[in-house]
Amino acid sequence: MARSDNLPPARLTRTVLLRLLAVQALVLAPHLPRLPLWAAGLVAVILLWRTAAALRGWPLLPGWMRVLLTIGAFAGIYASFGRVSGQTAGVALITVMAALKLTELNSRRDLMVMVFLSYFLLVTHFLFSQELWTAAYLMLSATLITALLIDANHAGGVLPARVVTVMAGGMVLRALPLMALIFVLFPRIPGPIWGLPADAGAARSGLSDSMAPGEIAELVGSDAIAFRVRFDGAVPPPGERYWRGPTFLRFDGRSWDGGSRAGLVDAPAAELRGIGYRYELTLEPTRTPWLFALDLPARLGLPEGAVINADHQLVLARGEVRERRRYRLQSHPDYRLQPALPAPLRALATALPKAANPRAQALARQWRVEATSDAAIVERALRMFREQPFHYTLSPPMLGRDPVDGFLFETRRGFCEHYASSFAVLMRAAGIPARVVTGYQGGERNTIGDYWIVRQSDAHAWTEVWLADRGWLRIDPTAAVAPARVERGIGSALDDAELPDFLNPALRNGYRFDLRARWDWLNARWNHWVLGYGPELQSEFLRRFGIDEWREMILALTGLLTVLLAGFGLLLIRRSTPRPVDDAPSRAWRRLQRRLARAGLPQAVHEGPADYAARVASARPDLAATIADAARRYIAVRYLDADSDGDLKALRAAIARVRP
Amino acid sequence: MSSNPGPELNAALAALSTIILGKERQLRLSLACLLARGHLLIEDLPGVGKTTLALALARVFGLHFQRLQFTSDLLPADILGVSIYDTGTGGFRFHPGPVFSEVVLADEINRASPKTQSALLEAMEERQVTSDGATRALPDPFFVIATQNPGEQIGTYPLPESQLDRFLMRLSLGYPAAAAERALLIEPERRDLLAGLPPVLTAARLCELQAEVRRVRTAPALVDYLLALVRASREHRALRHGLSPRAGLALKHAAQAWALLEGRHGVIPEDLQAVFTAVAAHRLSVAERADAQVVAAEIVASVAVP
Repeated sequence: MARSDNLPPARLTRTVLLRLLAVQALVLAPHLPRLPLWAAGLVAVILLWRTAAALRGWPLLPGWMRVLLTIGAFAGIYASFGRVSGQTAGVALITVMAALKLTELNSRRDLMVMVFLSYFLLVTHFLFSQELWTAAYLMLSATLITALLIDANHAGGVLPARVVTVMAGGMVLRALPLMALIFVLFPRIPGPIWGLPADAGAARSGLSDSMAPGEIAELVGSDAIAFRVRFDGAVPPPGERYWRGPTFLRFDGRSWDGGSRAGLVDAPAAELRGIGYRYELTLEPTRTPWLFALDLPARLGLPEGAVINADHQLVLARGEVRERRRYRLQSHPDYRLQPALPAPLRALATALPKAANPRAQALARQWRVEATSDAAIVERALRMFREQPFHYTLSPPMLGRDPVDGFLFETRRGFCEHYASSFAVLMRAAGIPARVVTGYQGGERNTIGDYWIVRQSDAHAWTEVWLADRGWLRIDPTAAVAPARVERGIGSALDDAELPDFLNPALRNGYRFDLRARWDWLNARWNHWVLGYGPELQSEFLRRFGIDEWREMILALTGLLTVLLAGFGLLLIRRSTPRPVDDAPSRAWRRLQRRLARAGLPQAVHEGPADYAARVASARPDLAATIADAARRYIAVRYLDADSDGDLKALRAAIARVRP
Repeated sequence: MSSNPGPELNAALAALSTIILGKERQLRLSLACLLARGHLLIEDLPGVGKTTLALALARVFGLHFQRLQFTSDLLPADILGVSIYDTGTGGFRFHPGPVFSEVVLADEINRASPKTQSALLEAMEERQVTSDGATRALPDPFFVIATQNPGEQIGTYPLPESQLDRFLMRLSLGYPAAAAERALLIEPERRDLLAGLPPVLTAARLCELQAEVRRVRTAPALVDYLLALVRASREHRALRHGLSPRAGLALKHAAQAWALLEGRHGVIPEDLQAVFTAVAAHRLSVAERADAQVVAAEIVASVAVP
């Protein structure tokens, strides 16, 4: 009967404890692969040990041991990361500490702490992954944590898991409209939803700022998405879908890199012809400054912060692509780039290390002697690739000290970087300015959403040679060896045995492929509408409702929330307080109540008048006689007899006599 | 109001208190139950004085008492009676069963099969027995005290909610207080004392009192309070469903009886509060493993007295 009986017990029952451990496992598990091995092991061991302890009734660790463990874990995190804050180290710390909290977990208070810690831990997952499945996982976990919270607050016995889960699910569902409202209306600051600290983002696969034989071949194994493209109207034919990326000028005999561009900062003159393609490109984070564009992007309407550099490559003026970026461009496949080549660039674009690859250099010099024009040399080199037994393969044999010589004259088996590299070397040796361009070629159409997906496996390398009057001309020697690579994509250019499963044409039909397309489409929508819901999209969206500015947005948000909450609050108040009876006896009695309340003896809501009078009488014996009389008369008027004026007068008089 | 029944009821209570020690509140409630023409369900462990209470009530009011031990093989006819062919008269003659008594103690009611249980419960509700096409009225007053053992013991058929509803109140006696238990051991056996207990009232007077209970005033303010309690039970989160209108009526009758016991001719909120748990708890359909008594107390504590 006492109120204290209605509080949940201070110590946790085994069922609640096991539920908590299960929820903890669910919340902590995705963090485990992000932790150092020792920390992941510690978390797993603590979870298992605590579960066993709960099942077997083992004693918990003594206090000094917990302190030691905590200090040790703290030191361990510092030793592993060199810091205890920041994204990875901070999350590692809080994960390990959450696990350590389990070692002393026993009471309801601990459970409450764990519940709120779990909500927080859940949010930290968003720092690492913002994909659709993460959101689904978070909703599920939030529901289960809420169920735990219900358990923690429930008086009496443990409720069945199904009951609390359904209740919690209901709560989470009811929170969704509010969440959507805040999501849509809360003023956005420029940048992603999750402003990441400096150490964010693990290494990603993708094109790098240099190219050595074998590097691009490695990317073919990755089905990771590089970017998605949506064309406004016409789609360029496969042979024109060259997505321009890092351009390399310097060759050290083996690998290519950007080299120094001292004095070459201005974008070269480019003459674009014909009607361009207009498209919107959504680039996945690369942690590099490059923005990919269809060859050759127009210089007008560049994305914010982007410039075109001396190689006519679209790059960020500063910083890197750390989050998904969407930009619109126009590109013209028919162009003339830099018809007048500056002397310093010409020197850079024909430089070769003298000692490396002597046979290739000799061959090119011979061509130069025999040829009438630069174009003839280009043609001759392509003819060599076409006519000699060159083979396009993902797994070329190892090459020796002079990889170009080895490739051209011995193995003749290589991937696009081998062809691009050796072609450029041949051109340079013949005195023709040449450079290697890397990027992506091709792409796969998603029929569900009518957009194009370009994956890491579409990574490609080709060559540009500079011919007088024509400027930089794209030459793809790979196309000479394996035309299918350019026309139909990597999947049809390689032997099936070499292909990763996702590229295998035999597996590219049927419902799994269709499912993959749908899933990607869903992800693209999620990226666009949820993750990409930044200031621009927000203002665009709100403008449809006539809201033009962020101040109005705040006003709308606060106004809506206030009205909603006030309405809900009023409803609650109306339902919980019965309207007081307003007749003469109760008015008189309320006067008495107020007077006694001021004297420190308020009537409890559920207290009847007789009980109240008895309590007052025992607390204040001096009032005993008068309060008893007043209560007797009140009870008589209100409950025993039909009230009459005489009785009412006597009641008022009796009440007036109660003077605390 | 014609006469003040206070003194005679107090005398009855005093007589009961000499038999059942230290259980003033339960005695008062069971007396109120009898006065309100309700039936009583006592849920308790064996040996805490359930039978003694029933016997004492019967004696104090000078009523005819019959005890019925429920077992799993008890048949409806064992309770209601049976028609037997009489060779002398050449016809069937009805032999009334033990239910034709003024006070019936149905011991361990949950050990009988549902069929037998419902035979008794129907008789309780209708106060008559129909057998072989003939309807026979049960005596008036008619008061059933059923007992059942708590918890799920092997070989029991728990009473369904609809049949629990037939009982006006459910009580438990509980262990006696230390002093009472001491007296129990020192003094003569309760059963012997019982034999010497003089009747305080008569069956006829009991019927008058029962009629008087129905005349106890329930003011509009009190009805409001009763409705608020019933509504609170329907909105309580731990309950699958709340109190029925019939339960509301039962609350009113029990509170009227309680007021009469208190010597009042009108019900005040305290009367309603006093009987609320006993009347309401066994009718509340509680979510798994929550405690109906606690919930009933919560409801009382949360509803404001108007």
